[in-house]
Amino acid sequence: MAIYGTALLSICLLVGVVLGQLLGVLVGVDANVGGVGIAMLLLILVCDRLQQSGRMQPPTQQGITFWSSIYIPIVVAMAASQDVLAAIRGGTVAVVAGIVVVVVSFAMVPLISRIGRSPPESTGTSSPPRRDKP
Amino acid sequence: MTEVFESLQQVLTKYSLVTAFAVVGATVWISYIASERLTRGRLHGSAIAILIGLLLAYIGGVVTGGSKGIADIEILSGIGVMGGAMLRDLAIVATALGVRMDEFRKTGISGIVSLLVGVVMSFLVGAVVAYGFGYRDAVSMTTIGGGAATYIVGPVTGTALGASSDVIALSVAAGLIKSILVMTMTPFVAPYIGLDNSRSALIFGGLMGTTSGVAGGLAATDPKLVPYGAMTATFYTGLGCLLGPSVLFMLIRSIV
Repeated sequence: MAIYGTALLSICLLVGVVLGQLLGVLVGVDANVGGVGIAMLLLILVCDRLQQSGRMQPPTQQGITFWSSIYIPIVVAMAASQDVLAAIRGGTVAVVAGIVVVVVSFAMVPLISRIGRSPPESTGTSSPPRRDKP
Repeated sequence: MTEVFESLQQVLTKYSLVTAFAVVGATVWISYIASERLTRGRLHGSAIAILIGLLLAYIGGVVTGGSKGIADIEILSGIGVMGGAMLRDLAIVATALGVRMDEFRKTGISGIVSLLVGVVMSFLVGAVVAYGFGYRDAVSMTTIGGGAATYIVGPVTGTALGASSDVIALSVAAGLIKSILVMTMTPFVAPYIGLDNSRSALIFGGLMGTTSGVAGGLAATDPKLVPYGAMTATFYTGLGCLLGPSVLFMLIRSIV
């Protein structure tokens, strides 16, 4: 049944967010540390198990894939409920800081991608091969 | 006639989430048609839909003076629920289905490097810009630097350091600008920065950090990349809140 998949997804999210919250308390910050990331790892692990043991029925899976297929509309709704006005009215410092940091971050993507991309299939032990300064 | 409008308004408000599904669905539909007819598919439908979303958010802000974009209009309040953290996170986690575990393991180190570089660099860039605009004290510089990380890191850092409320507001605005830019610019920049595989998506998420920006930007670039970018991005805000008021504040204070 589809609800099994949705329930599994929900349980993974709840467990992940609770763990992320606890992790935040543990390191002393008032924020969720990687809750969604932990939930994703949990879902990957559990689904992998279920698929290998053949216990993942197609309807169960549909209960998860529905939510991932409605992801883009959710992002559109998220965009429509942002405080765009405040962002634009925030003042020049905010706009400049936002623009500069995005430009620099974009530029860093190819640089970091080069780090640790083992050129001739290195053994991947202690230190990643550095070909470029970050 | 007014009765018709009144009952329509009543129904749309009462069924606000259903209204949201209908409105967002129509927006996406129009966007995909526009993508095909006007840009011949060069500008992806979801990118157009996100742009329309942001435009609606701006209009909502102007009309109502609220802070939740178009969701501040009563009959469209369901859009706030649909696009809120709860359903967004549920959908993001769902995208992880079908992701291979070893793809994360292979890119583990560069993921961590990108997170650290992303957080530290955002703080420093934000602090330098703040300095350039005359915010010369370490507390304001670190707070605006936090905003350049994400719009959550900024206020968390500012509150911890005792920054003034106008500086905290600036840091939120900087974070919002970042998130909007990442949402809209990613599909255009993607071919130039090699953002076309799981590995670079993971690094992209760690460098950008804004979950909403990364979520929107990757969705408009290639939905297959979403889980990888989202995975690292979700650790970013926590790491920023951890490093900002502590290590990075001390670093910035020692430089100023």
